[in-house]
Amino acid sequence: MPNSPQTPGIVAQRLPSERVAQNFAAYQPAYAAHEARVAADRCYFCHDAPCMTACPTAIDIPLFIRQIATGTPDAAAKTIFAQNIMGGMCARVCPTETLCEEVCVREVAEGKPVEIGRLQRYATDSLMAKGVHPFTRAANTGKRVAVVGAGPAGLACAHRLALHGHAVTVYDRRPKAGGLNEYGIAAYKSTDDFAAREVEWLLKIGGITIETGKDLGRDMTLASLDAAFDAVFLGIGLGGVNALGLVGEDLAGVANAVDFIATLRQADDKAALEVGRDVVVIGGGMTAVDAAVQAKLLGAQTVTMVYRRGKEKMSASVYEQEHATACGVTIVYGAAPVKILGASKVEGVEFAYESGETFTQRADQVFKAIGQTLVGEPIARDGKKLSSRVGKVWAGGDCAAGGEDLTVTAVAQGRDAAEEIHSVLTGAVR
Amino acid sequence: MANLASNFIGIKSPNPFWLASAPPTDKAYNVERAFEAGWGGVVWKTLGSEGPPVVNVSGPRYGAIWGADRRLLGLNNIELITDRPLQINLDEIKAVKRKWRDRAMVISLMVPCDEESWKDILHRIEDTEADGVELNFGCPHGMAERGMGSAVGQVPEYIEMVTRWVKKHSRMPCIVKLTPNINDIRKPAEAAHAGGADAVSLINTINSITSVNLDSFAPEPMIDGKGTHGGYCGPAVKPIALNMVAEIARNPATRNLPISGIGGVTTWRDAAEFLALGAGNVQVCTAAMTYGFKIVSEMISGLSEYLDDKGMDLSDLVGRATPNVTDWQFLNLNYVTKAVINQDDCIKCGRCFAACEDTSHQAIAMSADRTFTVKDEECVACNLCVNVCPVQDCITMVEVPKGGVDQRTGRKVGEYANWTMHPNNPSVTAAE
Repeated sequence: MPNSPQTPGIVAQRLPSERVAQNFAAYQPAYAAHEARVAADRCYFCHDAPCMTACPTAIDIPLFIRQIATGTPDAAAKTIFAQNIMGGMCARVCPTETLCEEVCVREVAEGKPVEIGRLQRYATDSLMAKGVHPFTRAANTGKRVAVVGAGPAGLACAHRLALHGHAVTVYDRRPKAGGLNEYGIAAYKSTDDFAAREVEWLLKIGGITIETGKDLGRDMTLASLDAAFDAVFLGIGLGGVNALGLVGEDLAGVANAVDFIATLRQADDKAALEVGRDVVVIGGGMTAVDAAVQAKLLGAQTVTMVYRRGKEKMSASVYEQEHATACGVTIVYGAAPVKILGASKVEGVEFAYESGETFTQRADQVFKAIGQTLVGEPIARDGKKLSSRVGKVWAGGDCAAGGEDLTVTAVAQGRDAAEEIHSVLTGAVR
Repeated sequence: MANLASNFIGIKSPNPFWLASAPPTDKAYNVERAFEAGWGGVVWKTLGSEGPPVVNVSGPRYGAIWGADRRLLGLNNIELITDRPLQINLDEIKAVKRKWRDRAMVISLMVPCDEESWKDILHRIEDTEADGVELNFGCPHGMAERGMGSAVGQVPEYIEMVTRWVKKHSRMPCIVKLTPNINDIRKPAEAAHAGGADAVSLINTINSITSVNLDSFAPEPMIDGKGTHGGYCGPAVKPIALNMVAEIARNPATRNLPISGIGGVTTWRDAAEFLALGAGNVQVCTAAMTYGFKIVSEMISGLSEYLDDKGMDLSDLVGRATPNVTDWQFLNLNYVTKAVINQDDCIKCGRCFAACEDTSHQAIAMSADRTFTVKDEECVACNLCVNVCPVQDCITMVEVPKGGVDQRTGRKVGEYANWTMHPNNPSVTAAE
């Protein structure tokens, strides 16, 4: 008898491969040309547009939408890429509902914003499908910059530096470049190997060398980089996962949500991945939502996300929460985990409401998603994160202080650090 | 439900919505479908002289402009008059009229500019039992190159001459269809009136090129790499048509000349506007060609509801707005309004600000929190902010009452006074 959502334990093939493939492909289809022009026509071309202010990379949104409306999506893409070289990925993963689309005057007025994210995807897809890179590298300056971490911050920094003519070497500890775009984004949001294609397209600027499998602290030190390069940019992300610190945490069946997400991203046949019948996800952020939703898409019978605080405190947006519940995820608010139950493997999790009342949630698989932390050799800190600049070492993205931990914020910080490095290297500022 | 029965120059129809002489009225099949759908009447597609029929192009004959969602806003055509044999048209007209006695059946005519040609065609159509004729002095493409259509309509003397011939050789009511491709629409209307026309209909289509193909560098619609100007119609031409109808309706020389209003009528509201400016009925083409004959149901229900709401008969509406069309020089220069932005309705898009700041009078202030307010001391009441605001009625023009002070000029709002009375007008002679 084949496996089904009801099969006990952690097993593969709960749903047929074709069904799982469909589940992972169905999210937010791309616009066709006519749809895009109709959607673009809804934009009012606001003066000093709130959407543009809300965008961490300050993309000129009214302009690119008008360029779509007038039948020039490639020009629209150039407008986007000029501010955000990862505009393609951001179009897929940005929580637009809490950024540009939240402040769109049509959202405020009608509860129905201009679909900026989907329009951005339409424009960027259009240009990227042609395989052309819209920027030309300046003449080689002879300056060399090391970038650690080939995630959104590092790549955005590397691209902008290369654009200005500097030679960039990007190191990453993983086998593939892309960082969280490659390993951390939910598989259904970035289909068709988009992250890898985006990296390949971005590198067409020239002047960037990528060295994968190189870990800071193991294969090189900050001091060695400092000595060998004119400047260093750290975009190393958050490599550690917070532990629950509870009894039973080491039982079989308890795992980090980020690892589950990364494995999913790298799997060709997702149905071959094992998932529990009764899955519990502990946490309330995007990572928790991505793990919960994807467990459901793989065919788990019940998926319960438990968050210790109220709905309004949850860092996953209301849109994401609704998407999760629409996929069949149950969200429990205001309950903290007390202990993980089970003899040799996990059988359930005991939770306590703020009132003290407890309940046990049946589980054969538990994903921890209560946040990530900075790890690695001691580097100048600003609170729990890295300072954005110390001497000739810059930092940006999730590892650095300031801004939300979002792809788009990482891109902005990488880009801005590159501009600052460029100013320093060219002697414009110190 | 208001009675929409219409009597236009003695031609009766159950409603004032006729299909204009055009492709939809070229044969019995279409016209019968139109009558089944509820159209009050048709003007049959223009007939030419006996003999070999005209020939149409076999490539695209229509061009268009569209809104973002492919809403058709304007259409042009290079189609000629009917290309079917005269006798087939005459037989079909007669058969359809016999079957649909309560509907108006008018025949559009276009023959060479000599008395014999007109006498001949009028004689041939006499037997059809049609209700009237419409003289096509309007089509601006193709036939005009052969001295017909708008080539006649652009010369008032010809209009008068041909109209006279028609009245001399026919007892049928005669409508003269005017071309808008002329400087002053009053002149051809006066000529038709002088020639004895029972009514004028307008507008025919406007000379136009709808678009240029930027790959082949030729106008659309394109025939084998070339294009020619075609007749423009549809919603885009309505404002031009409304003005021309009003000009004729308020001209003392043609004040009582009945008008059949044509030009972009798409909804009951468009029709009501033509009627209010003095049209006795309306003719429709592009809307039917875009959506099919069924649209007349909306026109009928909409106009009925409007008349019921207003407690008016159809005849009360005709010309109701005509007295309020005047010359600029008679507008009250002491009528002062100011734009007022309703902050509850404002969605803070800032379009009013951009428009006023960049292109008008810098009369709108923008605060750090995107609150937009009108500076009365700068506002000239141009209405641009109202027109660019995406929210209807969010910005309104509020009158400064008589005796109030216009913050822009510092002057009290006075009694009615127009340009003919203004001290800056060099033509004003001192009243001494």
